[in-house]
Amino acid sequence: MSQSDAHAEGQQHPLGIYFKIWGLLFVLSTFSYLVDYYHVEGYLRWTLILVFMVLKAGLIIAVFMHFMWERLALVYAISVPVLAVLVFILLMTYEADYTFFTRDVFFALE
Amino acid sequence: MTPPASDTAEAAVEPQGWQSVAADWSSDQRAFKNVPWGKAMMWIFLLSDTFIFSCFLISYMTVRMSTTVPWPNSSEIFALSFGGDPIPLILIAIMTFILITSSGTMVLAVNYGYRKDRVKTAVLLLITAAFGASFVGMQAFEWTKLIVEEGVRPWSNPFGAPQFGSTFFMITGFHGFHVSVGVIFLVIVARKVWRGEYDNETRGFFTSRKGNYEIVETMGLYWHFVDLVWVFIFAFFYLW
Repeated sequence: MSQSDAHAEGQQHPLGIYFKIWGLLFVLSTFSYLVDYYHVEGYLRWTLILVFMVLKAGLIIAVFMHFMWERLALVYAISVPVLAVLVFILLMTYEADYTFFTRDVFFALE
Repeated sequence: MTPPASDTAEAAVEPQGWQSVAADWSSDQRAFKNVPWGKAMMWIFLLSDTFIFSCFLISYMTVRMSTTVPWPNSSEIFALSFGGDPIPLILIAIMTFILITSSGTMVLAVNYGYRKDRVKTAVLLLITAAFGASFVGMQAFEWTKLIVEEGVRPWSNPFGAPQFGSTFFMITGFHGFHVSVGVIFLVIVARKVWRGEYDNETRGFFTSRKGNYEIVETMGLYWHFVDLVWVFIFAFFYLW
């Protein structure tokens, strides 16, 4: 199935790796569904959701979108700007906490 | 694409790691070497789309964290019963599996495209489009159930915090729109593959450029991105 001279044209890789990742994505999706199905609660729930989410996203980007085989100049150009999102999340966490605090204080007076 | 012949002399000292990034960017040539322009542009578009969906999910996080009213239990709202007891979140789980399946058929289409297997590529693209269309159909069913039977509106709902409706319709609506566009995109590319336009290098009706099978990979990037966004929506909106 594999074609060793494939790199001459475009992204071509043996089919086997796609089927393995495909299977893994199914397994990971099942696990994240089971987190809800068995009513796992609290920090364990959030941790499991995040772990399965990050693994699935990573596999899709790295293998299905061929990111692990791309030139580093492209990889960094696309992946580094995404870090800004993390800063945004942090900022809005503080903002939301503050909004909740003010609502809690002022709505409770009524 | 093979590098130009002039590069072969420098191939022996080709830099690695960070130095290759610096070398590519400072080469006074195109920065993304060995990457077709269409694919580089698609990646940049996907980066901007990442910011759009991030803004939606972050605003969802903000309203959910700051509301003093209890957030509706998505596990119960999206439960579905097939005659017996309602199964929590089952429709969403099926939609997730459908999208992953379609990602798999898409990646096979890209692979067969580079092998210039015209028929298999076109068929796999059409199968991917069919899965995508069924996903949109299920979403339409889900929206109908929520709006007509449960009375969920962007400004209110019977379960709890009113922001539930606005964020739900905004996020899943925008994602569903992306899937719908993807299905149209897939059908167009499948038609071109089927007619052999990438084998004959027929000029496109819109760009007047010669097409080739790299377009299938560029198309695939978009489709996988739609699946990728769903991974985050599934985790944060439905499971959290």
